[in-house]
Amino acid sequence: MSVFSEAAVSPRRRRTDRLMRVALVAATILALIPLVLVIYYLLKEGLGSINKAFFTQDPSGSFFGAVGGVRSAILGSLEIVLLATLISVPIGIGVALFLTEYGKDSKFANVVRYFVDVMTGVPSIVFGLFIYISLVLTHVGGNFTAWKASVALALLMLPIVIRSSEVVLLLVPASLREGALALGAPRWQVIFRVVLPSARTGLVTGSLLAVARGMGETAPLLFTTAGAAGLTFSLSGQMNALPLQIYNDILSPRAAVVAQAWAAGLTLVAIVLILNLVARAVSRRSRMA
Amino acid sequence: MAASAPPAGGDRSAFERSPLSRLPDRGLSWGLTSLAISILALIVFFFIRLISESGSTFSTFGVSFVFGNDWDVSRNIYHGAPLLVGTLITSAIALVIGVPVAVATGLYLTELCPRRARGPLSALVDLLAAVPSVVYGLWGVFFLAPKLLPAEKWFANTFSFIPWIGGGASSATPTNYFIASLVLAIMILPIVSAISREVLATVPAENKEAALALGATRWEMIRMAVLPYSRSGIVGGAMLGLGRALGETIAVVLLIGDAPVIGKHLFSQGYSLAAVIANEFNEATGVHRSALFAAGLVLFVLTLIVNIVARWYVSRASRGSRTTGGASAAGTAAVAAEPLQ
Amino acid sequence: MIPPDTTSKEPSQMSTAREQSEQAEATPDRSGSVESRPGRGIKVRGLNAYYGKQHAIKGVDIDFPANQVTAIIGPSGSGKSTVVRCINRMHEEIPGARADGSVTLDESDVYAPDVDVTAVRRVIGMVFQKPNPFPTMSIYDNVAAGLRLTGTKPHNLRETVNTTLRAVGLWDEVKDRLNEPGVGLSGGQQQRLCIARTVAVSPEVILMDEPCSALDPIATLKVEELIDELKARYTIVIVTHNMQQAARVADSTVFMLDGEVIEHAPTNDLFTKPKDERTERYVTGKFG
Repeated sequence: MSVFSEAAVSPRRRRTDRLMRVALVAATILALIPLVLVIYYLLKEGLGSINKAFFTQDPSGSFFGAVGGVRSAILGSLEIVLLATLISVPIGIGVALFLTEYGKDSKFANVVRYFVDVMTGVPSIVFGLFIYISLVLTHVGGNFTAWKASVALALLMLPIVIRSSEVVLLLVPASLREGALALGAPRWQVIFRVVLPSARTGLVTGSLLAVARGMGETAPLLFTTAGAAGLTFSLSGQMNALPLQIYNDILSPRAAVVAQAWAAGLTLVAIVLILNLVARAVSRRSRMA
Repeated sequence: MAASAPPAGGDRSAFERSPLSRLPDRGLSWGLTSLAISILALIVFFFIRLISESGSTFSTFGVSFVFGNDWDVSRNIYHGAPLLVGTLITSAIALVIGVPVAVATGLYLTELCPRRARGPLSALVDLLAAVPSVVYGLWGVFFLAPKLLPAEKWFANTFSFIPWIGGGASSATPTNYFIASLVLAIMILPIVSAISREVLATVPAENKEAALALGATRWEMIRMAVLPYSRSGIVGGAMLGLGRALGETIAVVLLIGDAPVIGKHLFSQGYSLAAVIANEFNEATGVHRSALFAAGLVLFVLTLIVNIVARWYVSRASRGSRTTGGASAAGTAAVAAEPLQ
Repeated sequence: MIPPDTTSKEPSQMSTAREQSEQAEATPDRSGSVESRPGRGIKVRGLNAYYGKQHAIKGVDIDFPANQVTAIIGPSGSGKSTVVRCINRMHEEIPGARADGSVTLDESDVYAPDVDVTAVRRVIGMVFQKPNPFPTMSIYDNVAAGLRLTGTKPHNLRETVNTTLRAVGLWDEVKDRLNEPGVGLSGGQQQRLCIARTVAVSPEVILMDEPCSALDPIATLKVEELIDELKARYTIVIVTHNMQQAARVADSTVFMLDGEVIEHAPTNDLFTKPKDERTERYVTGKFG
């Protein structure tokens, strides 16, 4: 024992080590507390308002009487985001294909990559402004319409889809491509028959995550669709959406409306969480396959 | 596809494809390239339009749009210093609160956490990013703000000798700079933590071993071998968190109080660039609307600069120093993968 | 409050006039100078090591005599590195790995229940296969790294760093660029820097895990010369897959196979008159 007790770590060093370890654990717990609290309060305040009416009725928007439900908001969100997905996913994968198959390391491709990277840092409200300026103010196809909201969301989702798709496409082994090319297949066939199918699950994962992001955004909606309470299916008019409904309800003087905002928030978080979990499950399954 | 025998004096060699069969390839190549070009063009186009729409504001108010302290809708005077100051203050405080916690979390998850818990815990931290900002706003307004108000008042009283940070307990409102910053900190935490984790994971095991073999405690090993190596990557991650905080709209507009002034204390109300746009644009016309566009332009430029500097910083560290290449390359990769939460 | 440093012996030793003059006589032409000092040996008894369920070291007994170089040779997977990592308890840093048995330095068992692992590593130093100076530290800071942990004061630090750099023969090559990054040196210099870093904290034993396998022949030779000088002060254990190196450098050699010690003999005897047939097959190159 003598040799090692001579050289032993001083109490001060041991104290520091222990202190820092505790601090790191504490920080992690601290980081998770908000998550727990948010979910807890969503459940506590929101579960009570979740009933059949919640899903089958539209918000009444009136100061008296029944509050209604959030049906138009849920359906509206789904529609708007669906259109946004239909726009952003093909375009996003297309650009990613350009980057991995054609542009590769060229100067132009790197410029594109840089711009896409920069795009991820643009606040969502600025995208809303962009669409407002170019589509709403110019009265292209109406004023506030749902499809313009979809375009704004698509802009937001685009860089996410592009970057995640590029990562996934790059993972496709070069040998697969070369093998197909060596057989004499033209490039477009290699892409559609070899590269895309083998990257399929990764592309789906990336798109799901982009969709999850799109579902939760409020700011772009403010400038483009400004939520009509009633149920509509037409994308060329105003449409309700969950984040919008929640945002408007937060400052309502009626407690019942606020309670509904919690329930709507719970619904929104549930949808986003499910999308995230599905995305994770899809990617895990592809890795194990 | 290749001909089995060379054509006799034909007009095409055995290995050429017919122009028709090359069409899909050409078409695809052109199509995708023009797609990429149009993305670029789109961004430039938006930028230009934003500038033109806000032009009148700058011509009317000039530099005082940014530096003047008087945002008054009723008198049609738009000097946006309260907005800029509010944006900067809330983002700065969010960084101060959020980055240390995020990096500490990253350190815990990469260095101390038992292997089996690492995946689930990391996923939980990342889940913070899945909560939409409107839900954070909702939770902040009805739970966090009222709950913390007594503590905030106590803090303001106890530390009233510190200018701005302390004092003003009697005028403290549930919505204020602090609560907006706190929620912003929670919102940037997952990004900074995810990037930190990626960067910390690239520290070569051999350097960590060298530190341990010298008789370092675990924390000393982290201080000697892990943190210095990861520094530039972590700073890049923090800057990306900053960019996120600068542009956050909904949570801030609900929690900052929306008072078009520069609040006198930490617990006073204020405004931010994003919040003013969200709040006021609905009924804004003419000069007012143009001023809001100008605010949007300032915000856009601000976040652009921060993002560009962040990415430059990370890439510079990997280019300039042959030693820290690993961490910064990982930082760049983490930055690229950042939306994948 | 910085506790008195009880382990940093070199500065106080350098203070006697006799040694200083010896130093002055010795240094002009020699690139290195290592003061001799009676060291302490290591006895390994009944050492078992596991990676999860895999039983990697099976009941090994070895004596590492003081002030001598003992080499451990054997084919890949024989457990040479594992044994050495068990001596300074680096083995247990690998998740799922554990070891039991006894490893004693004089009378102190490394695996005794109340022993501080960091103290063990302070006293038993290690040099790794790939030179690993801290990339963000200068040459000076690298050597000083271990000393700073125990709060050595700056003026003591400078003396010790310079002495150590002289001892490993790096001083002339780096004296003008102590503030430059450690990783800017050549491979061989980096490894000598790592040896300096290890030696600066005055260990009793230096473990070397294939220290020359990443180096070119000239650098290897320099390190081997250094090892020869270092044994005057330390007990050295060197793992090597290079039998010629063992022959050049080691006083005695241990041959391991599949986690067991097959033979341990003075180096010359092991190579020329091996007792075990498996040893004979290995040293004559029939396998491994």
